[in-house]
Amino acid sequence: MGKIVAVTGNEACAQALKQINPDVCAAYPITPATDLMQRFSSYVNNGQVDTELVLVESEHSAMSACIGAAAAGGRVATATSSQGLALMWEMLYIAAGTRLPIIMPLVNRALSAPLNIHGDHSDGMGARDTGWIQLYSENAQEAYDNTIQAFKIAEHMDIRLPAMVCMDGFIVSHSIERVEYIDDADVKNFVGKFQAVNPLLDLDKPKSYGPLILTDLYHEYKRAQHEVMTKVPKVVLEVAAEFEKMTGRKYSLFETYRLEDAEIAIVVMSSAAGTTKDIIDQYRDKGVKIGLLKPRMFRPFPYLEIADALKHLKAIAVLDRADSFGGYGPLFMEIASAVTSMDTKPAMINKIFGLGGRDYLPEQGEHVIDELINVAKTGKVQTVKEYIGVRE
Amino acid sequence: MTTKPLKLKELAKGEDRFAHGHRMCAGCGAPIVVKQVLMATDYPIIASNATGCLEVSSCIQQFTAWKIPWIHSAFENAAATISGVEAMYKSLVKQGKLEDKQVKFIAFGGDGGTYDIGFQSLSGAMERGHDMMYICYDNGAYMNTGIQRSSATPFGADTTTCPAGDVIPGKPQQRKDLTRIMAAHGIPYVAQASPAHWMDLMKKVQKAFEIKGPKFMNIISPCNRGWRSRTDDAIMLSRLAVDTCYWPLYEIENGVTKITYKPKEKKALIDFLKPQGRFKHMFAKENEWMLKQAQEQVDAQWERLLKEDSAVREEKPAEG
Ligand SMILES: Cc1ncc(C[n+]2csc(CCOP(=O)(O)OP(=O)(O)O)c2C)c(N)n1
Repeated sequence: MGKIVAVTGNEACAQALKQINPDVCAAYPITPATDLMQRFSSYVNNGQVDTELVLVESEHSAMSACIGAAAAGGRVATATSSQGLALMWEMLYIAAGTRLPIIMPLVNRALSAPLNIHGDHSDGMGARDTGWIQLYSENAQEAYDNTIQAFKIAEHMDIRLPAMVCMDGFIVSHSIERVEYIDDADVKNFVGKFQAVNPLLDLDKPKSYGPLILTDLYHEYKRAQHEVMTKVPKVVLEVAAEFEKMTGRKYSLFETYRLEDAEIAIVVMSSAAGTTKDIIDQYRDKGVKIGLLKPRMFRPFPYLEIADALKHLKAIAVLDRADSFGGYGPLFMEIASAVTSMDTKPAMINKIFGLGGRDYLPEQGEHVIDELINVAKTGKVQTVKEYIGVRE
Repeated sequence: MTTKPLKLKELAKGEDRFAHGHRMCAGCGAPIVVKQVLMATDYPIIASNATGCLEVSSCIQQFTAWKIPWIHSAFENAAATISGVEAMYKSLVKQGKLEDKQVKFIAFGGDGGTYDIGFQSLSGAMERGHDMMYICYDNGAYMNTGIQRSSATPFGADTTTCPAGDVIPGKPQQRKDLTRIMAAHGIPYVAQASPAHWMDLMKKVQKAFEIKGPKFMNIISPCNRGWRSRTDDAIMLSRLAVDTCYWPLYEIENGVTKITYKPKEKKALIDFLKPQGRFKHMFAKENEWMLKQAQEQVDAQWERLLKEDSAVREEKPAEG
């Protein structure tokens, strides 16, 4: 059986990487992810892993080195946050377009300007179209578990795509929580041996990676990438089932909480989901039929499955920890897309919360629920998108 | 297996590791450079390539001219990309997952991808000490996007972004001396070469491959489109570049500078400039100062190099 420890999210992710023992890692410091690779560096220098650690001069080079290493044919990981991910942007598309199963814990942090080191989802949301699989984690346990599962999902022979494992900066990355570690041997056994596909290091069968493809085949190439994405949910569920067998911990494409008989619901990701569950319990005690849906897999987005889980609701509030300026919040847009497949559509409101690490306090959730009760009653939405928790 | 004899007859019999059928322009210097580099050695080679003419013309859809493992990922990161490949090789060999076949790693980049946008990635990879060689084929501009100036573009040259205008007659700045900057990294081997002096070029490649750690070679690579010269003059121009001391052939091995070829008679820079349309405006009466200034720049750099040449320094031991 595994060990129960009190660790931060970063520590838990570093532990997962240690247990998985990637062949190559690249690292470049950025708050709040710094601490994760720092811990991993000590595993390297103390001989606890076999990893070749490439201490690059930028995140652009971190992802470039990961791409080279993954194409060479081995297990590869890195980690970053915010501006680091933004600097990688060009290479994120290339990692996915080249079908390289690179794993990257993303410690979610706000984007400049103004400069802010605290947690929100702007970085991850900005990378949603890159072709990476994205899993969001509520707490350190989920960050740890998702990291381990991500390797198995990304490296699956039907998938071969890079994956980001997201956790909230500071709130999860730097808070000490109870985490159940899995035994080293079990982790090793679970992720299995890395199987290379068309490795560059195969000298007998030389490969060319990264061709120029113009109007005649690019479109088909991209459709192939889309098709691979459609296979991801099945693999995520298979891996989750296997993981549950090993640990007893249950994962799916999303989590629901008191949703089955609910009339209204909140949709929110990551650490704020924990707080929201508490608020929901209070309203349930008062007889309000409210539930929660917490997406875990944001890319690919499970539209139909989520629509099915939300179809009985009268009203939904989507809480976004990121904004798409001039548009609705990115999570809201996805939920709204999911809702289009429903026969009777629930009323929907969108709240932008917690940017740059602004605390998400229970009162904020309570206000949203009070409004939602009213929306459900009247069927009328006054303002679709609104910032909450704002100092006026 | 290691250092093979450089006999033309033997070399001609060898298998091309960069095959014909690529789509580089007729008379381009870059494929000649690549062939000479790959031909110099029998070591297995894995290469990365920065976005640019060489890359877009050598691997298109299902066709590739590369008979060695090759990777292109983006423009500014050929060094970082190959550093990742090298790191994986090292890791797998160390873990006993792969047999050590003495693989050599090369990054190829144009001057834009090397002097400018890829400079940080190059500098970082060199500092980290990867066992790799970076080869810049320097054609003195961003040729693939249509002849825009780079920091390698020579003083006065007419390019599409620094055109020879009435007020500003071509590129106002001197070119960046990247070879020297790379030497300042304190890496074990840095060299400058020219495809006209193929034996010198290949010897340098051979020498570099016997040295562990990061190596850098800067190789002049004429582009008849950008230089506005004749299709068949790539070798002639790369020889003139050397004979005018515009492009001196030298190496810096563990900090020791050695000029590997000294022209018997240093030719005037205009011999190199004249056949190239990009310098045509400099020959107009009102721009004669430019020719003078260009010559002065070359002279100053050559004088400095001569002073640093180990052979010269040995002849005249330091005083005191
Ligand atoms: C980040 C980025 N910026 C710009 C470009 C456009 N671009 C592609 S090739 C190229 C010029 C390459 O010039 P150089 O490195 O000198 O090589 P050459 O084409 O001359 O062989 C440019 C500007 C790009 N591909 N990526």
